[in-house]
Amino acid sequence: MKKMKNLTKAQKSSSLTYAVVIVAFAIMFALKTSGSLSSKMTGMLVPICAYIVMAVSLNLVVGIMGDLSLGHAGFMSVGAFAGTIAIVSMQYNGVESAGLRLVVGIIVGAIAGAIIGFLIGIPVLRLNGDYLAIVTLAFAEIIKVLIQNMYLDLDENGFHFSMVENTNTTNLETARLIIEGPMGIRGITKISTFVAGFILVMVVLIVIFHFMSSRTGRAVMSIRDNRIAAESVGIPIFKYKITTFTLSAAMAGAAGVLFANNYSTLISAKFNIDTSILVLVFVVLGGQGNMLGSIIAATALTILPEILRGFSDYRMLIYAIILIAVMLISNNSQLKAAFDGLLIKLKLKKAPDEEEGGKA
Amino acid sequence: MDDNKKYVLECENLGIVFGGLAAVNDFNVKIGEKQVYGLIGPNGAGKTTVFNLLTKVYEPTSGSIKLNGVDTKGQTTVSLSKMGIARTFQNIRLFSNLTVAENVMVAMNQNMKYSLFESTFRLPRYWKEEKAARAKALELLSIFDMQDFADVKASSLPYGAQRRLEITRALATNPSLLLLDEPAAGMNPAETAELMHNIGKIRDEFGISILLIEHDMSLVMGICDEITVLNFGMVIAQGTPAEIQSNPVVIEAYLGKQKED
Repeated sequence: MKKMKNLTKAQKSSSLTYAVVIVAFAIMFALKTSGSLSSKMTGMLVPICAYIVMAVSLNLVVGIMGDLSLGHAGFMSVGAFAGTIAIVSMQYNGVESAGLRLVVGIIVGAIAGAIIGFLIGIPVLRLNGDYLAIVTLAFAEIIKVLIQNMYLDLDENGFHFSMVENTNTTNLETARLIIEGPMGIRGITKISTFVAGFILVMVVLIVIFHFMSSRTGRAVMSIRDNRIAAESVGIPIFKYKITTFTLSAAMAGAAGVLFANNYSTLISAKFNIDTSILVLVFVVLGGQGNMLGSIIAATALTILPEILRGFSDYRMLIYAIILIAVMLISNNSQLKAAFDGLLIKLKLKKAPDEEEGGKA
Repeated sequence: MDDNKKYVLECENLGIVFGGLAAVNDFNVKIGEKQVYGLIGPNGAGKTTVFNLLTKVYEPTSGSIKLNGVDTKGQTTVSLSKMGIARTFQNIRLFSNLTVAENVMVAMNQNMKYSLFESTFRLPRYWKEEKAARAKALELLSIFDMQDFADVKASSLPYGAQRRLEITRALATNPSLLLLDEPAAGMNPAETAELMHNIGKIRDEFGISILLIEHDMSLVMGICDEITVLNFGMVIAQGTPAEIQSNPVVIEAYLGKQKED
């Protein structure tokens, strides 16, 4: 127990994940700076980072807590808007440093996501299974529609907010119209960078792995595994569930800010059910509770539609076929065994019980 | 019995009615310190229901439960764990995806103080408490000689070891009363004998009282100081093992009535 050679499975899995992310970043960063990356690929780097954060944070709810949430895009939306409002107002007030604006924006987005996650979690986490999925879905749609009807302006007198119309500023020349209802936020300066995305992914991964090896993480996993037994050893179910849900929503909020500031326009219609399902697909495909799986799935499935663009009309058809094929293969024990055998032959000959913790 | 004696558990006229059916009725039991108490009865007699009442999985419809002299009215399963009740389950309920040591450490959660902030930033208190908790978990696991399996996934343990892990996990909450629901179920005679020895050891080492449900009569008669027999939710007999064994009402409940002629 004292010797470090006996690293636990969890420690091995987290070190491997860090290593993969760092190596992947180093390769992509080198390719990008040497200019050998197509502009299409370069444009996808930040969204990939944002989707990775979305996937691992949803995995915290789905894989670690064991509850199905279909409203993750809602928290991303809240974070994206709150963070971008902060960034735009800082710009309006003359904050020059893009890095500072982005950091503050991401923090504001995370806090906003956490607050909304906490408030929604209070009623929602009293439900289980399908009911929870449906209600989270509904809340995400409510968030979408609410933001679509918001108008926010900023002038020298401060913020003007309305849910009715956007002519509530006194001075149209100097005012900055921030949210313009269904048109969202326009004229965003693209300040998200690949490096910022990488740092966010690393921070989120560290938080998640530290969470999983803390008493809070253990308590949440014990609730997932056996709720009645968890209560019998004195684990307050709701307290730990809402902590996890809030943490996950905060991460989604941060991802939203990163994502939003990679484009010039931000509209709330982007964060609809499709986005929530897409992120859930990352989690399911990568394996519930398996963070590295989520990262790989998020990356692959963000790049895939772009690669398939050559197939034009058949693009989404092929995308679906690949998705189904991967799910079938990853659930086929014979193919899995063959793949494991191959790995053992190619790499270190390790014991068969050495495989990763995730189970799809 | 001597009324000045301190009781760990006192149940008075405890009862619960499910839609007109009195699953448990007028249940009276007093368990003293360091006592091993048996609860027996035919299948469906309401034994597990008593456990569920004691741990507030069900709210009793009548009567009162006192734990170490304190009324448990208004308490929940979670708060009762803090007050000193721990239990195991008839159908094993482990945290199957966690390791053996983690299963035990979950039960120590209420005695650990570090916050989520401290664990995220890995501040000194995190390391100190985690290290202490793991050491304590290994120490508890050594009661059943399971310390070598500490980092094995709980679901991969053999059946008997899973039962022992459940008891270890219950002990980790620092209880004053341990409820064991059929601890010997599915065990062979050798394992049962070992379990019997270990129950006595737990009672002596931890100085706690144990209430156990069991169908294995050799275990019940061999280890219990006192026994209550339930049938159809009613207490039909109470006494020492010798008294219970010779009680005609108990024999009737188990074997049926003898022919008169």
